[in-house]
Amino acid sequence: MSEPTAGPLKRTPLHALHQELGARLVSFAGYEMPVQYPTGILAEHAQTRTAAGLFDVSHMGQIRLTAKPTQSAAKALETLVPGDIAGLSPGQQRYTQFTSESGGILDDLMVTSTGDHLLVVVNAACKDDDLAHIRKHLSASCEIEPMFARGLLALQGPLASQALARLVPSVATMTFMTGAFVTIDGAQCYVTRSGYTGGDGYEISTPADKAEPVARLLLAQPEVKPIGLGARDSLRLEAGLCLYGHDIDTTTTPIEAGLLWSIGKERRVAGGFPGASVIQKQIAEGAPRKRVGLLPEGKAIAREGAEIAIGGKIIGKVTSGGFAPTLGRAVAMGYVEKALSANGTKVELMVRGKPVPAEIVPMPFVKHAYYRG
Amino acid sequence: MSVKYSNEHEWIRVEGDVGTVGISQYAQEQLGDVVFVDVPQAGRKIAKGESVAVVESVKAASDIYTPASGEVTEGNAALADAPGDINADPMGKGWIFKVKLADPADLDGLMDQAAYDEFVKSLS
Repeated sequence: MSEPTAGPLKRTPLHALHQELGARLVSFAGYEMPVQYPTGILAEHAQTRTAAGLFDVSHMGQIRLTAKPTQSAAKALETLVPGDIAGLSPGQQRYTQFTSESGGILDDLMVTSTGDHLLVVVNAACKDDDLAHIRKHLSASCEIEPMFARGLLALQGPLASQALARLVPSVATMTFMTGAFVTIDGAQCYVTRSGYTGGDGYEISTPADKAEPVARLLLAQPEVKPIGLGARDSLRLEAGLCLYGHDIDTTTTPIEAGLLWSIGKERRVAGGFPGASVIQKQIAEGAPRKRVGLLPEGKAIAREGAEIAIGGKIIGKVTSGGFAPTLGRAVAMGYVEKALSANGTKVELMVRGKPVPAEIVPMPFVKHAYYRG
Repeated sequence: MSVKYSNEHEWIRVEGDVGTVGISQYAQEQLGDVVFVDVPQAGRKIAKGESVAVVESVKAASDIYTPASGEVTEGNAALADAPGDINADPMGKGWIFKVKLADPADLDGLMDQAAYDEFVKSLS
C-alpha cells in the first residue's frame, strides 16, 4: 500500500482526526493516509460488509467541468473517454476511463452530471497528469476547475443508507450511480450513491473546511466506524474492481480489462475517443488477453506479480491478490491469454517458486449489493 | 535461558539445545492481522539468516529468517487454523518453529530484551 515519494507528504482535511482515532498513517500517492485504525483490517473489513464504514478518500482528485458558451462539456469530455457522457441525465453518474492513443488506460474515473456541470473524480496518483491532460484538450470548450482541496468521504456498507438518511432523509431513495446536492451539518455537499467496495453506499464531496465536522457527525452514528485503505483494498478485491496502476494501466485496454460494459453502445460504433481504432478492433475480434478471477486452492496467497501457468508454461500474471476476509480464503485477479481464459480452466499460480493449483472463476468474488431501488 | 531477538524482529527462546522461534510484539503490530503462516517441516536443515517461514498479513507477505542454524524439529501446525495467534500471543501460542541448534554461538550476536527494546524505540 505504501510507496516512496519525493518531498513532504500531503495531508487531507481529516489528518488530525485520523491521528486522534489512532490510525496507522502511511505514504500513499503522495499523501499521508490511514492504512488501518487500531481495530485492524479484518475487523474494518467485516464492519463495512455488515454495518457501515467511513473512508477518507479526500486524496482523490475532484475536478469540475463547465461548458463555455455554445459548447457541451459532455461532448468535450467524450473526446477523452469511451463512456457515454452525453447521454447522462442531470444527477446520473458513470464510470469510464481516460484512454491513450494506443488504447491503454491513463486513469479510470467517475463522471456525474449535475445539469450545469460535470463532476469528475480521478485517482490520487494520476490527478496532476489528468488535470494537465484535461487542460490540454478541453480548455477551448470548458472551464476546468480542480477542487483538490475539497473533502471526499465514502460511507459504505449495508447500514450506510440508514446512517446517512438519519441526517439527510432524501438520500434513502437515491439509486446506485446517481448524485444530488444535499446539506449536511449546514454544509452544501454533493452526494453520489456509489463506492469502491461492491456494497451499497455513498461518496460525499464536502467543502474543505467541512470535511472534518461532517466526518465526525457520520462517525457519531451508531452504525459507522472509521475504515482505512487496507480494508478498502481487500473490499474492492472481493468485489472484482480494478485498482489503477495494478489491474489496469497504460498497457491494458478497457477490453482486455473486461470493461466493455462501461463503453457506450453508440460509442463502440462511432468511436471519437483516443485509441478508438485499437479498442474497436478488439471489440470486433477479441483482445489477445483477458482479466480473469482466480481462486487458489488451500491457503497460500498469490499476490501481484505472481505468474500464472498451465503445465509449467506461463500464460499470464496476477495483478491483484490477497486474502478475502468475507470468504476466509485467498483470491486473485490477473491477465491470461484469451484462448485460455474460460471459467473453470485449471491453472497454477507461482507463489515463492512453488505452483499453487487454482481455477479461473467469474468475478465478483463477493456478490455486489448495489441499491437499484 | 532468556529470550533473544534478531534485528529482523524474530525472537528465539532456547531450552537445552532446542530454540523456539517466533516474531516479536513489535513485528506483529507492524504486520497487522495475520491470515496465513507457511511453517517449515520437521527435519529441514536451515542456516542462520535463511528465509524459512512466511507470515502473510492482509497487506503483505513477510519472510521469517531463522536466527540460528540447525534442524527443524517442529513447525507450529496450530497456526494453520489459527494464524491470528501470531497477533494475539506472538511470544507464546504464536511461535512458528523449533530448531535443534547446530552451534550455540549463533546466538551471540542477538539482542537481549533490553537491547531489543532500545532498538524498537530507535525505529519510531
